[in-house]
Amino acid sequence: MALEHADVLRAAHLARLGLNDDEAAHYLDDLGRILAMVDQLQTLDTEGVAPLAHPLETTQRLRADEVTEPDRRETFQRCAPAVEQGLYLVPRVVE
Amino acid sequence: MQWETVIGLEVHVQLATRSKIFSGASTAFGAEPNSQACAVDLGMPGVLPVLNEAAVAMAVQFGLGIHAEIPEVSVFDRKNYFYPDLPKGYQTSQMYHPIVGPGEVEITLDDGSIKAIRVHHAHLEEDAGKSLHEDFHGMTGIDLNRAGTPLLEIVSEPDMRSAKEAAAYLKAIHSIVTYLGISDGNMAEGSMRCDVNVSVRPKGQEAFGTRAEIKNVNSFRFVERAIAFEVERQVELLEDGGEVVQETRLFDPERDETRSMRTKEQANDYRYFPCPDLLPVMLDQAYVDHLRDNLPELPADKRARFQKALGLSAYDAGVLSASREMAEFFEQVKDVCGDAKQAANWVQGELAGALNREGLPIQNSPVSAPQLGELVARVIDDTINGKAAKQVFQALWNGEGGSADEVIEAKGLKQVTDTGAIEAMIDQVIADSPAQVAQYRDAEPDKRGKMIGYFVGQVMKASRGTANPQQVNGLLKEKLDALC
Amino acid sequence: MHDKTLTELAAGLAAGEFSSRELTESLLARIERLDGDLNSFITVTPEQALAAADAADAARARGEAGPLTGLPLALKDIFCTTGVRTSAGSKMLDNFVAPYDATVVEKLQAAGTVSLGKTNMDEFAMGSSNENSFYGPVKNPWDGAAVPGGSSGGSAAAVAAGLVPAAMGTDTGGSIRQPAAFCGITGLKPTYGRVSRYGIIAYASSLDQAGPMARTAADCAHLLGAIAGHDLRDSTSVARGVPDYTAELEAPLSGLKIGLPKEYFGEGLDPDVERAVREAIRVYESLGATVREVSLPHTHYAIPAYYVIAPAEASSNLARYDGVRFGHRCDAPADLTDLYKRSRAEGFGEEVQRRILMGTHTLSEGFFDAYYKKAQQVRRLIRQDFLDAFDEVDVLMGPASPTPAFDLGAKKDPVSMYLQDIYTIAINLAGIPGISVPAGIVGGRPAEGRPVGLQILGTHFAEARLLNVAHQFQQATDWHLRRPALAEESL
Repeated sequence: MALEHADVLRAAHLARLGLNDDEAAHYLDDLGRILAMVDQLQTLDTEGVAPLAHPLETTQRLRADEVTEPDRRETFQRCAPAVEQGLYLVPRVVE
Repeated sequence: MQWETVIGLEVHVQLATRSKIFSGASTAFGAEPNSQACAVDLGMPGVLPVLNEAAVAMAVQFGLGIHAEIPEVSVFDRKNYFYPDLPKGYQTSQMYHPIVGPGEVEITLDDGSIKAIRVHHAHLEEDAGKSLHEDFHGMTGIDLNRAGTPLLEIVSEPDMRSAKEAAAYLKAIHSIVTYLGISDGNMAEGSMRCDVNVSVRPKGQEAFGTRAEIKNVNSFRFVERAIAFEVERQVELLEDGGEVVQETRLFDPERDETRSMRTKEQANDYRYFPCPDLLPVMLDQAYVDHLRDNLPELPADKRARFQKALGLSAYDAGVLSASREMAEFFEQVKDVCGDAKQAANWVQGELAGALNREGLPIQNSPVSAPQLGELVARVIDDTINGKAAKQVFQALWNGEGGSADEVIEAKGLKQVTDTGAIEAMIDQVIADSPAQVAQYRDAEPDKRGKMIGYFVGQVMKASRGTANPQQVNGLLKEKLDALC
Repeated sequence: MHDKTLTELAAGLAAGEFSSRELTESLLARIERLDGDLNSFITVTPEQALAAADAADAARARGEAGPLTGLPLALKDIFCTTGVRTSAGSKMLDNFVAPYDATVVEKLQAAGTVSLGKTNMDEFAMGSSNENSFYGPVKNPWDGAAVPGGSSGGSAAAVAAGLVPAAMGTDTGGSIRQPAAFCGITGLKPTYGRVSRYGIIAYASSLDQAGPMARTAADCAHLLGAIAGHDLRDSTSVARGVPDYTAELEAPLSGLKIGLPKEYFGEGLDPDVERAVREAIRVYESLGATVREVSLPHTHYAIPAYYVIAPAEASSNLARYDGVRFGHRCDAPADLTDLYKRSRAEGFGEEVQRRILMGTHTLSEGFFDAYYKKAQQVRRLIRQDFLDAFDEVDVLMGPASPTPAFDLGAKKDPVSMYLQDIYTIAINLAGIPGISVPAGIVGGRPAEGRPVGLQILGTHFAEARLLNVAHQFQQATDWHLRRPALAEESL
């Protein structure tokens, strides 16, 4: 499946990576070669094989419904770039 | 042209767990911003989700409550998109293998008939945080307290045909989740929110029209109004030769209209894939059976029982089973007084009227169910008459006296049924009313029935309302007729 | 003291030959002197280390010392550590001081170990050479022109150079085993789920696993026992008892059935590496093992499948780095999209961006089935290959890497770099454990040259067996005792 410049720009937008045209062109070249390598998968017949999401295929253990986490806002916000009145600040979100 | 409306609902119900779906942070409403957002809720580096057992149990209870299939395996997926209220850059949800399979919710239509609305599935997911748009020097503030609150998203089939049906369905869901105690159902605090899919088609046409999705409608009333507006908009559009665009719209309750949300510059692509941090949830039969065995009686079953076993009308049964609190109140009154029909009349009549006037929910009623039950019992056993009963009710409502019997005693409202005492009062009234007696005697016999009312009133007045009105009536008739 | 194994140091501490403080001071001095050039540490934490050493000495004085009390080690900078920067080798987290400890870190602290600091790594564990670090490349202690391998390159180099007797690494596609092989040390990737991932900065969640890197298999056994076990904070960690991994170390190998996957000895394998590995196999035969050829028919689909699954998971795992709650934030963002796009473009290095783009693309609409679903189907086939092989043999053996350490800057093309992991990557897809042990040195005099790693694989939860098999090899050979010239330098 050939990759196009627009595909790279689309992925970059979905992933919110700011790329200029040169960078996108550079990644297009790399990703094209990686995808060509990945495309070997298409040569394998996997009809009827169930996808494996997880190597152990077991069920998960659940936690009891208990409040165990205290308020650590101050500590957590010490590594935040912009906070005010306990809120994380971002450029205005337009609805 | 005749148009038919087609509606499907996606209802988001916040589950009443103590802690979040994937973390041990509290879900309590109204805390200081970000004080209930722990490292997991904040999506800090390296932290991992661990699924809350109660959220799973509640989802399964809901499934059982709508007689849904409960699949053995359900899987969490990631829905990937960037938004400031979504700290990890993905929402953990269930796209392909939801925890609750197809089920059914019954609603009662205006004519009293019952319609089944199919539920496509219900899945577990985490709620997002909130953006606060007050002025922070032109910035938006993000509060992540709500992030990670467990949601059950209940997705209906497009089975509803009117705004009323949609509202009835939403009420039915509300009553099921509150009956089960899996949500507080508080729409004002956002515990229940819904997205409404609306389309119209020419009556008789099988294919669906293009639908619009109205986001985040958060009251029963708004659901009806939003649909009403949207249907009108779509019909007008189509009748003018236009086309409905598939889009997301917002309902503005102030202007009573829906309007298009600005379409994002590029359509979103959520890139769902199974969450690698969460293994599949497997529910064994014994666990599901255990939850089934411990399920409370649900509205539909309760309604049927009220009708069949208690002999209530379909209407009464529907009203009294609509909420868990109402049903519990009614059943207590019934148990104390021993008469379901009388209990139903009092709960829906005097009590409901008083509650409405004061805008109180039944759980805050100043008259308790045992109090009302005793009051009704006293009416049934003729201790008091209907008029006195209203006085007793008012007294209890005002907090004068701990029980109906106390009030009856204190106010001397006990009905007088002693024939001798009543006869004495009648004789006195007759003696005091020679003019009226003369009129009565001169009247045509078929007019006399109406005239007796005056004498009854006088006797009741003399008894301070405690005489048994039927008895008074009978005795008076005998005595007056004897004079003719 | 720098040339001793963890086990020897434990004995020295127990016998009172030296204190943990003395040991810690001597290693800190060595780091100070040698690491400027080597660059194996991102952050050295002398104050915390000395405090922990003193606490360990005090515990010993009270008679409360355990087997690991007072032993120094280092942590790959992917393990969150309270109060100490955890960067994951990225500019994105250059300013990130975690408010919590990884479970592995908590357990190591509880065992009384002394962390000297955080080691260098490929950014977000994406790389096979440690050249993708924001903090610059690490040199291979055997040869300053060579890479140490990656992504746990700093941990491997620090151990090989004698800066620490052991270090913790993580392994998503070979990131413990390949640098262990390149640096001539022993590195174990446990079964997926054996060790908690809580507090380890995620690369690819269904593949990541932490493990010990040390001089000997016996040292790895001690450390694995300390870090393994179910963790309530990681629901993918397995609730299964933790055995004493040292108990079976001395068990004889007679009757051991070794399988040699024919696909691991094919085209692309460096002849010197092959010679060393075959020689190691002969050692096993002399210890009473039997050897047969087996096949893992889907081996060549492992790298393609991995480069769909790992980038897909990574693209999602790394979405949280958005400049809002922690990490790098661009200056004066014009709007929300600008904040995201610039913070992420500035904060992530090239390889990370490449994998994010790759993963985003393969998950997107219209491609999901062809890539992601297909890769997951192939993943099942790969896992089944191993399960079938383990019906026939006890362990599988082969090279850890097709070549010895390559030169810094030698692999400019990402695909050729990816192909380096041909022998390690399938193991993560299958979730089985694997260990790399030193098995030779090629291309130079004994204290130079470049080491070769023998990889030993077992079925799920067979760590005790792997450690026994590796240990017996180390009883019969001395490759694990060889030191690079750099490590021979003493103060």
